[in-house]
Amino acid sequence: MSEILVLVEHVDGEVKKVTLELLTLARTLGEASAVWAGPGYSEAAKAKLAEYGADKVYVADSDEIVNYVVAPKAELLAKLVGDKSPAAVLVAATTEGKEVAGRLAVKTDSGVITDAVGLGEGFVADQSIFGGGVNVRSRVTKGTPIVAVRPNSTAPVAAAGAGAEEKVEVAPSDAARAAKIVERVKEEKGARPELTEAAIVVSGGRGVGSAENFAIIEKLADSIGAAVGASRAATDAKWYPHQFQVGQTGKTVSPQLYIAAGISGAIQHRAGMQTSKTIIVINKDPEAPIFEIADFGVVGDLFQVVPQLTEEIEKRK
Amino acid sequence: MNIVVCVKQVPDTATERKLRSDDKTLDRDAVDGVVNELDEYAVEEALRLKEAHGGEVTVLTMGPAKATETIRKALAMGADKAVHLSDDALHGSDALSTSYAMAQALKKIGFDLVILGSESTDARTGVLAAMLAERLGTPQLTLARKVEVNGSAIAIERITDYGFDKVEATLPAVVSVVEKINEPRYPSFKGIMAAKKKPVETLGIADASVDGSAVGLAAAYSEVAEFAAAPPRAAGTVVKDEGDGGVKAADFLASKKFI
Ligand SMILES: Cc1cc2nc3c(=O)[nH]c(=O)nc-3n(C[C@H](O)[C@H](O)[C@H](O)COP(=O)(O)OP(=O)(O)OC[C@H]3O[C@@H](n4cnc5c(N)ncnc54)[C@H](O)[C@@H]3O)c2cc1C
Repeated sequence: MSEILVLVEHVDGEVKKVTLELLTLARTLGEASAVWAGPGYSEAAKAKLAEYGADKVYVADSDEIVNYVVAPKAELLAKLVGDKSPAAVLVAATTEGKEVAGRLAVKTDSGVITDAVGLGEGFVADQSIFGGGVNVRSRVTKGTPIVAVRPNSTAPVAAAGAGAEEKVEVAPSDAARAAKIVERVKEEKGARPELTEAAIVVSGGRGVGSAENFAIIEKLADSIGAAVGASRAATDAKWYPHQFQVGQTGKTVSPQLYIAAGISGAIQHRAGMQTSKTIIVINKDPEAPIFEIADFGVVGDLFQVVPQLTEEIEKRK
Repeated sequence: MNIVVCVKQVPDTATERKLRSDDKTLDRDAVDGVVNELDEYAVEEALRLKEAHGGEVTVLTMGPAKATETIRKALAMGADKAVHLSDDALHGSDALSTSYAMAQALKKIGFDLVILGSESTDARTGVLAAMLAERLGTPQLTLARKVEVNGSAIAIERITDYGFDKVEATLPAVVSVVEKINEPRYPSFKGIMAAKKKPVETLGIADASVDGSAVGLAAAYSEVAEFAAAPPRAAGTVVKDEGDGGVKAADFLASKKFI
């Protein structure tokens, strides 16, 4: 079986869940090889990758790779594609992951599929397009298939791989150093699971009314270990930071459970959450379009319903 | 400063969008075309940069003849002129061949700055700006929520998962913008009238030195194997809160084993 490269997503040296999902997928289609780009690599990280089936771990852990926008990662992967002739390359379908995939596709003259929600034999990818209205199966027909897979597309399953480490020496070319990251600004990040990876997401919209009121959304989220999301109306009003925006121009989420409170369900919002497995809606307007996609809906005032729901969840724990 | 804004005509997101059964491409005839919403922010940013630094704003669109409506809208907002890359050979181009054709057109037009919206509302791949930067060998300044130009220096704030990165580069560069960056202006009546007289140059593939065998559906790097309308979500249960809405929601969660 031939090797499949998986670009590792990591933060503060921790491997993100989506990478374990990608390794799980890769294993079903070939031999999984993890590619670590940037600082933070450790024995613990390697052990984690091996635990989820990485037979090889390619490590390029210099700072240089992350000090410039996207291009150095694409160069690293292009080098590995050239040297190892993998059967496919998988990246996480985050905004940055897709950009890496795009540049890699140009460099290696290969096809790219973005936002896959499933991947099967022959690297046939499932996609959900037009705000969830149409399901498509597509495949790359030229070069090395490059597929950006959405977080939560599959459940991560452990299965030991050899985890053989191989250092890769790469220095980004001058062209790849053209856009220099001079500062990283971290805006509040709580202890909650990350939005795109969370199994449960609780989102608030304009109906929440103020930044202070988001506390009731956060309390509900914390009662069931969920991430907090927000509609654009809420992020534009600065009630909640922009990186928590769900929707077409925010994050795309695909959790097991999505709870929307005080959100009307505009097409741009739905585009970012429509593939959620189960959807619960709390909205005082029975005509709100979000009810059309609800598995369970409560027509009511979120200031009554949300705290009561939180209390019930706590009670039943 | 010579700014080129890439603008795409897309089907109105509010209408039902379909793939064609014959060649599995987006059925553009069946729906109203509108300017990709996110490109309006790109046009606005280009106009603001021109107002601050002088220069010229050129609109570049690739698409069928009816995409001229989209060009007019951008011109009505205040862009100076437009280039319409239009050729039957381009029909069905995927992201790779689109980026190739656009890069060729951009080389012909010449630019200090290329600005795009962060993605299109139809294909939503979000890769075009990165591909253009790769092909043109210029800095990739994508997902910008703020852009500042100072002589030949350019700095942006690039949104990230954790907040944002401050990124610096030198012109020429490719920028993509997110919707947080500005509030697009509405075309004024005067703008709409003036747009009718602004020059629109139509380029075929040969004019832009685009190799016809590298674009269009036949040259695509991927194919749609099959597609189907998503099965409608089974109708859910909706209850009216009678003081026990939270309890009922909790019951539902319990029935699905979430709690
Ligand atoms: C280019 C572009 C990109 C966009 N991208 C996004 C995106 O990424 N994400 C996104 O979300 N939107 C996006 N939008 C905006 C989108 O069109 C909507 O405007 C937005 O989603 C509305 O947010 P909302 O549902 O919170 O607000 P509203 O539409 O105002 O809905 C508020 C809802 O709250 C309900 N409500 C009010 N008070 C209560 C209460 N006390 N209890 C219960 N319910 C209550 C109301 O009945 C209403 O249904 C985009 C728009 C454009 C043009």
